[in-house]
Amino acid sequence: MSPDWRSHVPQIEDLARKLGLDWSPVIFEAVPDSFMTEIAVYGLPVRMPHWSFGARYIYQLLQRHMGYSRLFEVVFPGNPGHAYLASSNGLADNVLVTAHVLGHADFSKNNLMFRRCQDQGSLQIIEHAATHARQIEKDIESHGFNAVEQVLDAALSLEQYVDLDQPLRREAYPEFVAAPPLPPDDAFRTRFATLDRAPEAAAQSRKLRAPLPPHPERDLLWFIATYAPDMESWERDIFLAVREESFYFYPVFATQIMNEGWASYWHARLLREADFIPQSVYLDAIKCHSDVVRPIATGEQVALSVNPYHLGFTLWEDIVKKSGIDAARQIMCEDDDFSFLRNHLTHEVASEMGLFRYQRPQNGQVKVVAAEIEELHESLLLDKYNFGAPRVAVAEVRGDGTLILQHDSQLDGRGLDPERSRKVLEYVKRVWRRPVLLKTIDAAAQQVEFSADAAAA
Amino acid sequence: MSSDSTGNESPPLNGWYELFSRGSRDWLRHSAKIREAVREHLPQIVAGSDIINDGSRTVRVPVRMLEHYRFRLRDTGESQGVGQGKAKPGDVLGQPNTAGGPGQKGAGGKERGGTELLLEFKVDDVIEWLWEDMQLPNLQPRVGTSEESEWKREGWDRRGARSRLDRRRSFKESVKRRAQDADSPAFTDEDLRFRQLTRRRQPTVRAVVFFLLDVSGSMSERDRQLSKTFFFWVAAGLRREYHSVDIVFVAHTTDAWEFSEADFFKVTGSGGTVTSTGLAKVREIMQERYDPSTFNVYLFYASDGDNASDDRPKAGEELENIAKAVRFTGYVEISAGARSSQSETAQLFQAIADAGLPCGRYSITGPDDVAAAVRHFFTAEAQAAGQSANAGAAP
Repeated sequence: MSPDWRSHVPQIEDLARKLGLDWSPVIFEAVPDSFMTEIAVYGLPVRMPHWSFGARYIYQLLQRHMGYSRLFEVVFPGNPGHAYLASSNGLADNVLVTAHVLGHADFSKNNLMFRRCQDQGSLQIIEHAATHARQIEKDIESHGFNAVEQVLDAALSLEQYVDLDQPLRREAYPEFVAAPPLPPDDAFRTRFATLDRAPEAAAQSRKLRAPLPPHPERDLLWFIATYAPDMESWERDIFLAVREESFYFYPVFATQIMNEGWASYWHARLLREADFIPQSVYLDAIKCHSDVVRPIATGEQVALSVNPYHLGFTLWEDIVKKSGIDAARQIMCEDDDFSFLRNHLTHEVASEMGLFRYQRPQNGQVKVVAAEIEELHESLLLDKYNFGAPRVAVAEVRGDGTLILQHDSQLDGRGLDPERSRKVLEYVKRVWRRPVLLKTIDAAAQQVEFSADAAAA
Repeated sequence: MSSDSTGNESPPLNGWYELFSRGSRDWLRHSAKIREAVREHLPQIVAGSDIINDGSRTVRVPVRMLEHYRFRLRDTGESQGVGQGKAKPGDVLGQPNTAGGPGQKGAGGKERGGTELLLEFKVDDVIEWLWEDMQLPNLQPRVGTSEESEWKREGWDRRGARSRLDRRRSFKESVKRRAQDADSPAFTDEDLRFRQLTRRRQPTVRAVVFFLLDVSGSMSERDRQLSKTFFFWVAAGLRREYHSVDIVFVAHTTDAWEFSEADFFKVTGSGGTVTSTGLAKVREIMQERYDPSTFNVYLFYASDGDNASDDRPKAGEELENIAKAVRFTGYVEISAGARSSQSETAQLFQAIADAGLPCGRYSITGPDDVAAAVRHFFTAEAQAAGQSANAGAAP
C-alpha cells in the first residue's frame, strides 16, 4: 500500500469544500482485499450469517480471479461515514478514490431518499447490523443453528418486501374500525335513545373488528413479524432486523446510477482542479478514472448492458454543462434514478452514448429495435421497480390463520415462477406455522394458487 | 468540522480485518447443505465409475450451486434490455461482449445460475449413507478362532511400571491406612497400586469375498464397467461391516484365473463362457485358504448370463456346493435390456434359491441400477443372516 495517499486527503477535502460539497466526516480505512470481497457480498462490513452469502462469496472470488471486477472502495453513509479502501490500491487509485468517496458522502448527506431512510435510523447502519449479527449468534447458541437458519431463509428471501413509505418502527393496525354510519333516525331509534344507558350500549356495539390486513400489505417482513400467529419473539426480531437492513439498502439500490455518476463526476472534477497532485499521480489517476466510467463497448463493439458509472457520469456532465452546478445540486438532492433518467436522459444524450433497445423473442436472436426515449427509460428502469422484486402483498389472513398472498400480475405483466414460488412459500410456512397460499396467474393468464408443498414441515 | 475527523492518524492497516472469514464460513455452510442435497441422489454418485481406478477413495460429483429462492416472474424465454455501442434498429446481434466493466459495488445481489462445482465425497461417507438409507441391521459376524491378540487392562498389583501407577487407588490405600493410624507417613511403598495388563485372545470376525467376473467375449466394455462398479461398492460395504475382509478376484472365460485387485479391474478377455471353471476356481481357493467354518464367505458373480448350455449340470453342481458352504451368493446379471426368458446362468441361481440357500439376484441394465443392486444384495444378505440366526436358535 502506498504510504502517503493520506497526506492528500486534507487537500482534497479543502478543495471539495471550496467547490460546494457538503458532507459528514468520513473515516477512511484501508482493508485487505478479502475483506473488500466480503463487504461486496454482504453489503455491510458485519452482517448476519447465511449460506446464500457463501454462494455469492465464492462467485465473487471467481469473478475477481478472472479479473472481471475489481473493488476500489465501499462507502457507508452516516455521521461519521465509513470508507473502506482496498489495500491493493495504488497511490493514484487512492487519490481518485478519496475524491470519489467525498462525492458519495455529499450525495448521501443531501439526497432526499437517503435522508429519509437515515432519519429512520440507518445513519448507524454499520453498528445496527453488527448488533443484529451478534444477536443472531446468540440466537444460534440458544435455539440451535437449524432453527435460526430456517428463519433467515424466510426473512432474507423476502428481503425486498418492505414499505419505505412507512416508518421503520411501525405501529400495528388499529384493531377496530368505525362502523358504517347509522341510518337516519326513525321513530323507534328516537324512542330508544331516550332509554336509560342506551347511548353507552350503542357506542359499544358500534365497534367493529378490523379485517386483517385492512388493505393489501406489501411490507411482508413487518406483517409477518407483527401478525404471525405462533412466532417466537426472537424470530420476529430476526425479521425486523432484516427489514431494517433493507431500509438501508433501498436508497443505495434506487439511486445507484445517480449516486455513482455523482461520485464519478466529482472525482473527475476534483482531480482536474487539484494542482497539488504530482503530474505522474494525476496521469495514473485519470487512467483509473477512465477505466471506471468507460462504456462497456468501445469502438465498433456492442454490449447488451450499460455501465451505470458511465451512464450516470455522462448525464451529470451534460446537466452541469447545460444548467450549471447549482441546478445539478438541486437535482442531486431531489431525484432518484426513476426521475433522474426520465427527466435528464434525453434523446440527444442517448444517441450520443449509443444506447439502443433490444429484444430477444423466444428462441430468437437479439434484435435491435427502434425505441422512443420513453421506452428506453422504462427499459432501463424495468428491473428497479419495487426493489427489483415482483409485487406480492398480503391479501388476507383467514380465520384458520391461512396467509393469503396476492401477486399483482397485472402490473408485472405475467405470473410468478411456480417452482421458486413454492419454495419461498415453504420458507414462509415454517415461520408462519399455518398454511400459506399465493395467488398469481399461469402462462395462459389463468388464475392459479400455489401452496407450500405438503412435505414442508 | 469534518477535516479533523477524517482519520488521518488511524493506523495504516488494521491487522484484525485479516481475521474476518465470514465469507468462508457461510461458504462451508453452503457446501454442507449441498452435501445433504446430494445424498438424495445416491444412485448417481454410486454410478460414477471413475472411482475405481484412481484409488483415491473419493468420488467426484458435479453439482449446481444451491439457490436461495425468491419470488421471481415466470421465465417467458424472451428478454429485452438496453445495450450500448454501434448498432442501429434492425441489427441482429450475435453474442456480444456482456462482461461487466470495472466497478465498485452493486447493491443487493442477484442469484447466480449455472455455476457448477465439483464436490468430492469420501467413499466411506457414501457407504455410510447407503447403509443409513437401507436401514439395514448390522451383519451378523461369524466368530472364529484367531491368532490376533490384544493387551487388555485387568486388575491392580503392588508392583509395576511407574507409568501405570494408579494415583486414585494409591491414594485410597493411603487414606485407608491412615484411618487406622493417624501418625503414619502420608505415603508408603505399600500404598502404591499399579494397573496390570494381560494378553487376551480376540475372537475376530473374518470375512472373505469372492468376486467372480465373466470376461468372455460377449461381455462388452460397458458391461464390464458396470460389474466393476458394482463390485467396488459391494467391497466397500463389506469393508465397512467387517474389521478385516479379504477379497479374492477371479475372472473366467472358458478357463479361470485369480487376479490382484489392480489387475482385476483392468482385465479383458475373449472367447466363450464356461461358468463352472470360475466356480471351480472359487471352490479351490476356498478349500486352500479360506475354511468356511472360520470365515464368512461371500460370492458375487457378474455375468451377462450366456453360459454354454452343456455346462449347466457341472456349473449347477459346483454352485450348489459353494452355496451350501458360504454365507451368501449373489448374482448380478448385466444386460442391455429386459430379457424375455431367464438366461442360462439365472436358471442356475434360481435352482439354488429354490433349494432355500441364501442367494440374491439382480439385473443391471444401466449405471442408475448399480446403487439399487448393491442395496438389494445387502438387504437379501441381512435377511438370510437373520433367518440362519433364527434357525440356529431353534431347539
